Amino acid sequence: MSEYVLELKNITKIFPGVKALDDVHFSLKKGEIHALMGENGAGKSTFIKVITGVHIPDEGEIILRGEKVVFKDPRDAQQKSIAAIYQHGTLYQHLTVTENIFIGHEKLTTFKTLDWTKMHKEAKELLRGLGSDIDPKATMGNLTVAEQQVVEIAKAISTNADIIIMDEPTAALSKRECEELYTITQRLRDEGRSIIFISHRFEDMYRLATRVTVFRDSKYIGTWGVNDLTNDQLISKMVGREIKDIYPKQEVKQGAEILRVDGLSKTGYYKDVSFTLHKGEILAVTGLVGAGRSEVFQGVMGIEKPDSGQVFLEGKKLDIKNVQDAMNAGIGYLPEDRQRQGLILDWGLGYNVTLSTLEKYTKATIIDKRAERVSAKDLLEEVKTKALSVYDKASSLSGGNQQKVIVAKVLNSDLRVVILDEPTKGVDVGAKAQIYEIMSGLAAKGYGVIMISSEMPEVLGMADTILVMKEGRVSKIFNDCKNVTQEQILEAAMNI
Amino acid sequence: MAKDFERQAVSADGTRTIIANRGFSSKRFFLQWEWMLVLMLVAVNIFNISSSSNYANARGILNATRDFIDKAIVVFPMAFVLMLGEIDISVASIMALSATIMGIVFEATGNMFIAIIAALLTGVICGLINGSILAKFPELSSMIVTLSTQIIFRGIAQIILETRSIGGFPSWFGNIASGKVGLVPYGLIFVVAEAVFFAYLLHMTKFGRRTIAMGNSVTVAKYSGIKTNKIKVIIFTVVGLFSAIAGIYLSSKMSSVRSDVARGYELDIIAMVVLGGISTSGGRGRILGTSLAILVIGYLRYGLGLINATSQIIMIVVGLLLIIAVAIPNLKNSLGQIKILK
Repeated sequence: MSEYVLELKNITKIFPGVKALDDVHFSLKKGEIHALMGENGAGKSTFIKVITGVHIPDEGEIILRGEKVVFKDPRDAQQKSIAAIYQHGTLYQHLTVTENIFIGHEKLTTFKTLDWTKMHKEAKELLRGLGSDIDPKATMGNLTVAEQQVVEIAKAISTNADIIIMDEPTAALSKRECEELYTITQRLRDEGRSIIFISHRFEDMYRLATRVTVFRDSKYIGTWGVNDLTNDQLISKMVGREIKDIYPKQEVKQGAEILRVDGLSKTGYYKDVSFTLHKGEILAVTGLVGAGRSEVFQGVMGIEKPDSGQVFLEGKKLDIKNVQDAMNAGIGYLPEDRQRQGLILDWGLGYNVTLSTLEKYTKATIIDKRAERVSAKDLLEEVKTKALSVYDKASSLSGGNQQKVIVAKVLNSDLRVVILDEPTKGVDVGAKAQIYEIMSGLAAKGYGVIMISSEMPEVLGMADTILVMKEGRVSKIFNDCKNVTQEQILEAAMNI
Repeated sequence: MAKDFERQAVSADGTRTIIANRGFSSKRFFLQWEWMLVLMLVAVNIFNISSSSNYANARGILNATRDFIDKAIVVFPMAFVLMLGEIDISVASIMALSATIMGIVFEATGNMFIAIIAALLTGVICGLINGSILAKFPELSSMIVTLSTQIIFRGIAQIILETRSIGGFPSWFGNIASGKVGLVPYGLIFVVAEAVFFAYLLHMTKFGRRTIAMGNSVTVAKYSGIKTNKIKVIIFTVVGLFSAIAGIYLSSKMSSVRSDVARGYELDIIAMVVLGGISTSGGRGRILGTSLAILVIGYLRYGLGLINATSQIIMIVVGLLLIIAVAIPNLKNSLGQIKILK
């Protein structure tokens, strides 16, 4: 038997009009964590679907434990001990932890009824094996994202999977939760399972993987030992071009105060939040997931109204009751969840871009659709969206390009303050750099920019001022960001 | 297919020009649900002409519309409700309640104008109640809320009138349903005007675009600065208003008022909207399709009446038509996929 548990050779998958995978290779050793990296749209998702039996490749062969196999369907792959944990969980929110773990392979009593005692017990053991004390009887929806992920992993193990694919598991996790996930992943490896780990975070790769494979534009670029490549080399492999300075921060002289938030509170979410933002300033708001960052700005925007506190724009007190009030005042918000909050996926890009600003195109109550399309085209080109026409469905774009469409949509309003909530989450390196460029450009034009972010490098790379939140309160504000270190921020964010 | 591939290749090598205008595509033009409805309408009319000799002329065809104008009046506002992804099954009860109120106000004052105003006001209040409950409690489904108000509104009408009927309206009131300009009934003129107005509202104005946006995703609409609750309340209130108008028309047609009128009308009204191609999950469809669907179901019912089909048979036929209407778009999708796979 070869040293590999799983090998894929010369895999090609063609969809109408596109080669989604073009002669791709991959190999996985027993007890190895293998990182798979590439920009969005590089073919990683299609590749996973080939491994899990969702897609049948047009060419190439899959060798599992030394034998050539063809997966007929996902169930077939599952029976051959392959499991995948997806970015957007596949769990049932209304069911209990146990029900989720054993769905599809329930344990039965001798009378063919469901054996709950046994399942709860086994679920508990599985979870304990992962170092977690989640109650198996808890309802899924009440767990945090990190806990749900642990349940997903438990579910994978319960099917005796020994090849586990993790698709961006850390995307929605806080720093501490990531650490826990790392521990679990390493434990799985030590038990002899093999793991394919997909992530946009370099840190994940360095912490876990021994080898990394890079895809680009549906093609196989190469496989290397994690320590044989520098960061810059790896980025250029992924992007196909050199990205010299990923944080293109311009020196901007800060102007007058533009936004002041004073004592904003909402019971159960955040308390006594105050800060000031100036023209041309980029304020990064960071902290652990659940520290109340997004909630504060949803309060500012009038999405979930705060109980008390005041918001001033250029010294004038605002009375914001809904998003429209905030936008009329000149505050725009780029939501965190692009697909759920930012875009109508079924619509063309043009309609999406103009949805908040239909007044601009309305003459005598009638929308001038021509003017609307032309304006949408200009805006989309300005933010360098990769698309064919304004009629392209939003769902057909990659994450990074979807984000650009939302940027275009928000910027079309007449704004003075732009709030970006996790603007680069799940966005590939190339598009990330472009989003940073846009942010930097906004600050240079005199906008006040607020960036809510969990990613330490971009916080340090982009911010003029860093506001750290902890358990719903402002823990610390760093005004001079030149000498701030990652450790200082973490210290402010965590209970130490 | 080859053409699509070329276009993709162009964009892949980095050109970032985005097309703002697309030309006429015959495929897109002919793959519209409305053509299907035109075919159905032709088929239904051929069937009607062959079953009645009095039908095959302008007078017959125009007169037949009187049979379904009372329903047609509510169809366009209902299209907006379905566009939102909601439903309103209380419309027939609102028709009955506003007619009832009109009756007793007429009885008390002897003034038909005041009675009509009272009926319209009743409709507006009923719609406002539906809309406000739904706006205040977004977790409640409109199906359950309007099912409840359907029972309540009908109940109030029955308490007021019991089994009594009120008649003796002035003769001009009867003329609302029976009057014509040339060969065209007043009611038909009203419905055509309504179609034009609601098509304009849905397809050309901000209000329409925002309604469609809400039907696709209320969350996105909210984050885009759309006052979603306001739009919801307005639409349900307008449905109430037009239900009252339909109630008035129906009273004129029957020249009396009873509390049990218009029973089951909501089903036909919703069927017309759905057959017209407005997606039941919201956010998709056109007023043109809805207009054609009114004629298809309306004439079909009329034609089945001509050959003395029982109302049960009529219901079965309408039901089958609906299933076809909902299934065909899906069928089209899967057929399309088969082609692509080959």
